[in-house]
Amino acid sequence: MRLLTHNMLSSNIKGVTNGFPLRIEAEKVVEKVVEMNADFLKKMFEKIDWKAFADASRAMGYAELPEEADSSMLESDEFLQRYHHALLELHLEEGALICPETGRRFPVNKGIPNMLLHEDEV
Amino acid sequence: MKLKQLEGLLGGLQQFPRPKVELEQYPTGPHIASRMLYTAENSFDDVSNKVVADFGCGCGTLGVAAALLGAEHVVGFDVDPESLEIASLNAEALELDMDFIQSNVMDLQWRGRVVDTVIMNPPFGTRKKGADMDFLSVALKVASEAVYSLHKTSTRDHVKRAALRDFNASNAEVLCELRYDVPQLYKFHKKKEVDIAVDLWRFVPASL
Ligand SMILES: C[S@@+](CC[C@H](N)C(=O)[O-])C[C@H]1O[C@@H](n2cnc3c(N)ncnc32)[C@H](O)[C@@H]1O
Repeated sequence: MRLLTHNMLSSNIKGVTNGFPLRIEAEKVVEKVVEMNADFLKKMFEKIDWKAFADASRAMGYAELPEEADSSMLESDEFLQRYHHALLELHLEEGALICPETGRRFPVNKGIPNMLLHEDEV
Repeated sequence: MKLKQLEGLLGGLQQFPRPKVELEQYPTGPHIASRMLYTAENSFDDVSNKVVADFGCGCGTLGVAAALLGAEHVVGFDVDPESLEIASLNAEALELDMDFIQSNVMDLQWRGRVVDTVIMNPPFGTRKKGADMDFLSVALKVASEAVYSLHKTSTRDHVKRAALRDFNASNAEVLCELRYDVPQLYKFHKKKEVDIAVDLWRFVPASL
């Protein structure tokens, strides 16, 4: 699972009101190089919750993103590289996503988070 | 990529080894899947450089097709872990980076509308009545640009009414009618394959 996916999902347990962002527990992170698409990154910048993204990247062991970002930074190639790397090249392979409100763990195995709910959570 | 080439690559994907009837697991054949995504890309520009979600992705055929056509980020969702494992192997075999999430698409909570396009071949609802309409309702809340889906032609009027009236779609259009060979998954089917008419739909969600 890449951080772009992490940025769009909340904890889905019934009754949870502040389910975003899911906390990341990383046991194994893999990196896969993909070509950078600057236009895509610029478009996504509007949609991303930057704070959650930067925190998530740190949980994945990548500490190169600024705490806060504004659209003027998109002019910098170095910034785009880091943003690209964190958003699309880091994969959470083994670990867990944790509901920020209830502490419920959603395990991640072979890169696939299991977000199926138990009967009493739906 | 040419249509023929896309169809060829999809034809090489591994499909459900043991289809689970209660989940309506039948793959979208390479003929239909390639046309569905090819049209989305070439007639509507809804695939390349987009964030695409594949609802009920099964072994990943539709999502793989989107990734092959240049989607920037593809996420497949399915309840069934076995299918997801195959889907992820299918993606790997073609050197595509795709994400997969094991979940019931009805139960997900989304932050904002990050997804541009939803593609799906939902359960037709032969097992769980209304399943295709439930999928559509969620898809129209998640996508910001378009939803592509297959529904039985016999339900055309109903689909259109529900999409526009109940799910707030701003547009609902049948792009073409296709013949779908649903394999003999059901004991009560006498023939080996059942050829049914399905519509390929494009829906536009209400603008925010
Ligand atoms: C008709 S198959 C389509 C499979 C695949 N998309 C394809 O085109 O080859 C429907 C898929 O939806 C999945 N499914 C059924 N109900 C679901 C639900 N509530 N949430 C997520 N997936 C579901 C099934 O496991 C199955 O893989």
